[in-house]
Amino acid sequence: MVKYFSCAGFLKSSWDQVFLAFWQRYPNPYSNHVLTEDIIFREVTPDNCLMSRRLLTKTSRAPRWAEKFLPAHMAQKAYIIEDSVVDPQGRTMTTFTWNISHARVMSFEEHCVYRVNPDNNSWTEIKREAWISSNLYGLSRAIQEFGLARFKSNVTKTMKGFEYVLAKMQGELPTRTLAETATVKARETAFAAKEKAKDLASQAQKKQYV
Amino acid sequence: MNSVGEGCTELKREYDQCFNRWFAEKFLKGDRSADPCSELFLKYHTCVQKAIKEKDIPVEGVEFMGPNREKADS
Repeated sequence: MVKYFSCAGFLKSSWDQVFLAFWQRYPNPYSNHVLTEDIIFREVTPDNCLMSRRLLTKTSRAPRWAEKFLPAHMAQKAYIIEDSVVDPQGRTMTTFTWNISHARVMSFEEHCVYRVNPDNNSWTEIKREAWISSNLYGLSRAIQEFGLARFKSNVTKTMKGFEYVLAKMQGELPTRTLAETATVKARETAFAAKEKAKDLASQAQKKQYV
Repeated sequence: MNSVGEGCTELKREYDQCFNRWFAEKFLKGDRSADPCSELFLKYHTCVQKAIKEKDIPVEGVEFMGPNREKADS
């Protein structure tokens, strides 16, 4: 079973600023869960597109209700790969990101397309799709809900992180209000979904005793 | 930002600086002149590959944009 999610957003910066910021995203105030970042492959294609592979290490935060179901010595760090292609002629960037650890517990894949915003060509549009799945017996739905909630909360952090880095690059500092709003929104989303996931988990547990 | 290889962070920083300059000033502007960072990348890359092997990180044999192929077909 797979949970699908898609959204579109935009950044009020030009495509070249956004593509440059993409490589300077970390660290930022919203990325405390990202521990390491490395480019492990990079190549310019014959038609002048840039292919890159980035390896990320992130903290692996399982919710408390899931801890008793997970292997006792499960790693506390998750490894993620992000492949990207930048096309400066077409002014587009495509990324594909997925986890290469913990995949048996939960696997996610994210596909993004960045392009010039068709309504305002000094802005950049980001179309994002994600597929989240879990095959862990009895808990798939709860894990998927949790995974989806965390993903949405991370999307908020990603966009805020981008805006922060872009503002810094352009010599402005983001207002505190923006940062606070993002944190509050991310917490609210995470909390609502946490409650939903907990609920599903306890339902799953009840079913086992029937 | 730290590298996954503890001793590679400085090499990473040097490479990143070189890359960001080339990316902004040449690549994005359509200038096709060769990227001047290949030596720096090689040093950094050698260091990181060692760390990846030591930590047993499963990056081998993963096709570029690999899982995406399946998405495109479905």
